[in-house]
Amino acid sequence: MSDAIMKPASVAAAPIKSSLLVQHQLMKKRNAAEARFKIYGVVAIVVSLATLFIMLWTIFSDGVSAFRQATLTFPVTLEQTILDPNGKAAPADLAKVTTIGYGRVLASSFKSHLAARNISIEGVNDKALNELISRDAPAQLRNMVLTDPSLIGKTIDFSGYAGGRIDGYLKGRVTMETAKLDSNITPEQLQLADRLREAGILTTQFNTGFLTNPDASDQRPEASGLGIAILGSIYMMVMVTIMVLPLGVAASIYLEEFAPKNRFTDLVEVNISNLAAVPSIVFGILGLAIFINFAELPQSSSIVGALVITLMTLPTIIIATRAAIRAVPPSIRDAALGVGASKMQTVFHHVLPLASPGIMTGTILGLATALGETAPLLLIGMVAFVANYPSSPLEGGILEPATALPVQVYSWASRSDPAFIERSSGAIIVLLGMLVVMNVIAIMLRRRFERRW
Amino acid sequence: MSLTLVFAFILVLSAAGFVLGKRKALASVNGNSKHLHSLPNYYGWNVAIYAFLPALLCLLAWLIIQPIVVERQLSGLLAANEATTATPALESDLTLQMADVRRLATGLDTAVAKGTLTGDEAAKLRTEFGNVREKLATAGVALGSDVTPTILAAAQSYREMSATGAMGRAVLAIVVSVIGFIYALRLTGKDFRARNSVERVILALLVLASTIAILTTVGIVLSMFSESLRFFSMYPASEFFFGLTWAPNFAGDSDFGLAPLLWGTLYISLVSMLVAVPIGLFAAIYLAEYASPRVRSIVKPLIEIIAGIPTVVFGLFALVTVGPFLRDWFAAPFGFGNSGSSVMTAGIVIGILNIPFISSLADDIINAVPQSMRDGSLGIGATKSETIKQVVLPAALPGIVGAILLAASRAIGETMIVTMGAGAAAKLDLNPFEAMTTITVKIVSQLTGDTEFNSPETLVAFALGMTLFVITLGLNIFALYIVRRYKEQYE
Repeated sequence: MSDAIMKPASVAAAPIKSSLLVQHQLMKKRNAAEARFKIYGVVAIVVSLATLFIMLWTIFSDGVSAFRQATLTFPVTLEQTILDPNGKAAPADLAKVTTIGYGRVLASSFKSHLAARNISIEGVNDKALNELISRDAPAQLRNMVLTDPSLIGKTIDFSGYAGGRIDGYLKGRVTMETAKLDSNITPEQLQLADRLREAGILTTQFNTGFLTNPDASDQRPEASGLGIAILGSIYMMVMVTIMVLPLGVAASIYLEEFAPKNRFTDLVEVNISNLAAVPSIVFGILGLAIFINFAELPQSSSIVGALVITLMTLPTIIIATRAAIRAVPPSIRDAALGVGASKMQTVFHHVLPLASPGIMTGTILGLATALGETAPLLLIGMVAFVANYPSSPLEGGILEPATALPVQVYSWASRSDPAFIERSSGAIIVLLGMLVVMNVIAIMLRRRFERRW
Repeated sequence: MSLTLVFAFILVLSAAGFVLGKRKALASVNGNSKHLHSLPNYYGWNVAIYAFLPALLCLLAWLIIQPIVVERQLSGLLAANEATTATPALESDLTLQMADVRRLATGLDTAVAKGTLTGDEAAKLRTEFGNVREKLATAGVALGSDVTPTILAAAQSYREMSATGAMGRAVLAIVVSVIGFIYALRLTGKDFRARNSVERVILALLVLASTIAILTTVGIVLSMFSESLRFFSMYPASEFFFGLTWAPNFAGDSDFGLAPLLWGTLYISLVSMLVAVPIGLFAAIYLAEYASPRVRSIVKPLIEIIAGIPTVVFGLFALVTVGPFLRDWFAAPFGFGNSGSSVMTAGIVIGILNIPFISSLADDIINAVPQSMRDGSLGIGATKSETIKQVVLPAALPGIVGAILLAASRAIGETMIVTMGAGAAAKLDLNPFEAMTTITVKIVSQLTGDTEFNSPETLVAFALGMTLFVITLGLNIFALYIVRRYKEQYE
């Protein structure tokens, strides 16, 4: 084609060459630019959705295995000579026997059971054999016996966690190659684990402990669980709701229905929109300085966490609530005022009930954001290791140390053992599950009650 | 009398007030509520409020004032003692001693509660008659150091004052509650405007709730300002703002130069904006201008899911996936270093976090551009992309700039992703694959664990927090200003 080399300037000078059938050079260029521009948009969307997908996929594939756990099941003979030397089954006597005693019971039972089943591997001595059992298993056994002392002297079928590395081996995290480099496990032990699996002694089971156990130390990733974190998060969310909902609704009612237009209310408005954009860590500093240092509330307690998160979510809730109140048409107010209701009665009897679905939706979404908040909780000490469940709220449980789900994610992620990455991802799955539930409730509320005026 | 008991008394009294007030109002009109000024319940509420609210306020005021008064008296006592021993008392010493006194006093309280000491013994305990620390240890109270006579005396007077205070508090609250109750009940009658009275109180409560936002800001500014001032009294402000090395050392002799932290923060934010702005903007343009309603209704919520995911999840993603990926595929092969946590890691992940933020703000802004402007441009023969580039975007520019500034302020204040993905090494470096650190990371690391606010090593976190607060607040105000100015053009 001859006009393929023509410059746009000369095109303008010679319009005869243009045709409806053959697309013009300049037009081609413009259309190409158009197509490119559109493709940029598609690429941007694909990239952002792909990263979202990759992120969720890696976390799920890492974390799903946290819900399954390698478990050893074998008969254990609870020898009276070790566990209850006095033979009286008195609670005080039983409590004296530490987990070391139970560890010995487990080890000897495990060894004799393997001997009976004729399972052995060269190079696995008694100590190495014992390492297959989690360090948490003796404590498990001890609790069983302490709750039911009549078990002593009997032979029971005990199932307890296998060691963290064995767990990793079953899940593919530990291989023969890595075991050679690892001082905590030998390839022989893994071979033994294979044999145990064939014999049905070593199985993987659903890990309820992951949802109920407290956190465990660095050496026992297999025993660590989310119990305290979930409870702490629930405590905090309940307290946040109790504090933020009345405060937020009251503030919004005032600003939307009663506030005169003056300097003061302007100041409040500007303040609220600015507070909504203050980095969350600043609220952590505030909590540390005011609630812990000045008011001397106990560190890492859930009440301080709730107070900090309340202050942090308040602006968001106020913004959402005001939008909901504004959506109630003025005719409702006029009608109520017209039949003689006072301004206060109008608001509380008519506007507020009509706005409440919108308020609830906004509040739940605000709480969902608050549930995932981590940074301020780190500063008020909720990252500390908490081994005991806080007591019930009525007994002052809100003043006792607790931790929260997102904080647990962080503290597991910062530990060195790769087994904790699996735990961390598993905790995220639980966290995301809770968020999905909250969001679904919010969406359902909106669908069910939303009114178009 | 314990706090809960006093509170319960007030509650019961106001409940009784509700019943009696309502009954008295009805009795004053012989049961015909038509002759009352307000509905009967309002009379009940009025009495309940009078019995409850003033008493509660007294209680709260007392709770706040008492510790302040006690501390002041005790520090006077301690300072006087210091003066006789001729060692000048530093302020930090005094706070340390106060902490000791408080710890000892609570220790004595637990000992009394556990029954190892009687109340009388605790008050008469002297250091001359045996070791106080050991005595308390038997009660399960661990004390850090040995108890000096001064501290013990102070702790005992602390306990005494607290006990007197608790007594006074209970008496005051109950008296105020009863007075309010009687006063309101005497007011009650058929001509009393109970509704107006109750509504005034409710309005006051509403105003109070809306001032919480202001109180929060005041709290933030005050707490950070006062602690920052303390920091600057220990460490020169000029070295903080212009120093080039950051080397905190809990043994003392630390360097707190802001520059490396500020550089890390800005560098990471820059990388994140380079990721978020093009992707977010193009996504918004596509969704607003090209996508069919069906695609839009699916894709827009999907992108907004990103905004609903907690930042700690992004942090783990940076730590486990993005960091090692960048290290193994870019940094190590091209010789940029060998660090999984780096400016790039944190920057890219923060960028992803900010995509939905920019895209939904920009989407709103683009949609606010009047259709007539597009029609005009298309009508004279511009292609769609030319219309967007030459008409829509220039019209939307102020709003988009505002959105970008807001996103930048979020990137600067982001904590979890940088804590998990950027590293902890404070340095001034240009290589984006090096680990660097930010203001927020250092706030976390200086404040986690130890919270005795006496050393510059912990107090520096407040100065950092204030710097962060000022930067983000400035950006926000500037952004809102731009957005607001833009909005006025079309309305």
